[in-house]
Amino acid sequence: MAAGPMKMRATLGQGFTDVRVLMTHPMETGQRKDSDGKLVPLHFIQNLTVKVNGKPVVEAQISQAVSRNPVFSFRLKGGAKGDKIEVSWLDNHGDSNSTEAAVA
Amino acid sequence: MACAAQAQDASKEIQRYRQMIAEGSPAELFELEGEALWKKPQGPKNASLEKCDLGRGPGVLKGAYARLPRYFKDADRVMDLETRLLYCMTTLQGRSREDATKRVFGTADQPSEMESLSAYIAARSRGTKLDPGISHPKEKESYELGRALYFHRAGAWDFSCASCHGEEGKRIRMQDLPVLYKPEFARPVMASWPAYRLSTSGFITLQWRMNDCYRQMRTPEPTFGSETTVALIHFLTVTARGETYHGPGNKR
Amino acid sequence: MNSIRRALVAVLAFGIVKPLAALAAWNKEAFGAKTAGDALKGLGVGNAAPSKDLTIDAPQIAENGAVVPIEISSAIPGTNALIVVIDKNPFPLIARFDFKEGALPFVKVNVKMGETSDVRVLAEAGGKHYVATKEVKVTIGGCGG
Repeated sequence: MAAGPMKMRATLGQGFTDVRVLMTHPMETGQRKDSDGKLVPLHFIQNLTVKVNGKPVVEAQISQAVSRNPVFSFRLKGGAKGDKIEVSWLDNHGDSNSTEAAVA
Repeated sequence: MACAAQAQDASKEIQRYRQMIAEGSPAELFELEGEALWKKPQGPKNASLEKCDLGRGPGVLKGAYARLPRYFKDADRVMDLETRLLYCMTTLQGRSREDATKRVFGTADQPSEMESLSAYIAARSRGTKLDPGISHPKEKESYELGRALYFHRAGAWDFSCASCHGEEGKRIRMQDLPVLYKPEFARPVMASWPAYRLSTSGFITLQWRMNDCYRQMRTPEPTFGSETTVALIHFLTVTARGETYHGPGNKR
Repeated sequence: MNSIRRALVAVLAFGIVKPLAALAAWNKEAFGAKTAGDALKGLGVGNAAPSKDLTIDAPQIAENGAVVPIEISSAIPGTNALIVVIDKNPFPLIARFDFKEGALPFVKVNVKMGETSDVRVLAEAGGKHYVATKEVKVTIGGCGG
């Protein structure tokens, strides 16, 4: 299944790197009814990983209560222009997506 | 009075909420979709929209949205963004009007082409002052029509736009109802459309807003890109003229 | 598509060698708990001392409960994890962020809140836990625009 667009921006701040990542995902709670009145099944991102130059620095476990089309902000220690940041997610269906950006 | 003070605090806290939401909005995801659609060859002519003239020349997107609606000689009418996109879909891509307007209002899972394209194009006017056309005779006509429509009562409930948006200090539940014929209220509003809608995770445009307002007013559904909807959008944008566009926005 | 094919597609499509889905840890017990207390127990969190060095930045009023922005930062030395709990949600555990060397104990996330509730944040540092709370009021909006 093709995952929707994912977008990330990594910028140098005051002694840290600000990473903002937006991802497309329905984050269905399993409690919502569609227009036919049927329950839409549980479908949400469970794991998120942030890597700097290939090394994992943030590992997150999240629930279906994170908002649809999640937006996260993280802060990385120090950082330098050109550092490679990668954010990837894995959902409860086994689908995944990832995006990379260089620190600007 | 305790009530007034509480209302003020609530208003400030809601501003804070909106500010936090704006810092990294899912609207950007629709912009990405829109960029792909702008470049995608479609229709019998198998052409992309990249040569579409939005008023600043074929394919020029920077600052184009902020200068709409305006008169277009080739179509001989005043057009807003969505009407203009429809025009390019039919002329450049050779699509029929029926095909291009089959699904103008989408859902969170599947935004419509108009919604995604609007997000992409509007974002390219960020920081530009709103400057809709006002000098051409048809632009003047359109503005006057829009203004008349704003106050014209019709439909089953005899509502006009002014019925809800006509008096200061009114609201529906927690949403303030801005008096849109006054520049001070029109400006922040028009600087934030089109927008990501948090409650549905979808993206909404001005054509949708006009359509939905008329629905709520219990009047017949206006045709997409009709003279009526464009005139109203034109009137509102002219009233907001000079405001720096900062969209796409985020709404409840 | 079975999970092996999925993993292969992931490798081919993204060029990243990923562990099979089953190996990514997700604490089912804690996330499935219906009370904040049970959720925290599931995470092995015992007593937590209130701390002013753990800050929650969230609006007092959320215009829409579907998207509530929460920003969390810990100045407690050695913070290696942040946990977010929303007491009144049907499943109170919202997230657990583990920070390794190279990341600051900071996160901003948008969450869904069913109703007005305390947002409870815990920090894990040096094997101990600390807590801070903030109430967020949830309203239902009007007719759009």
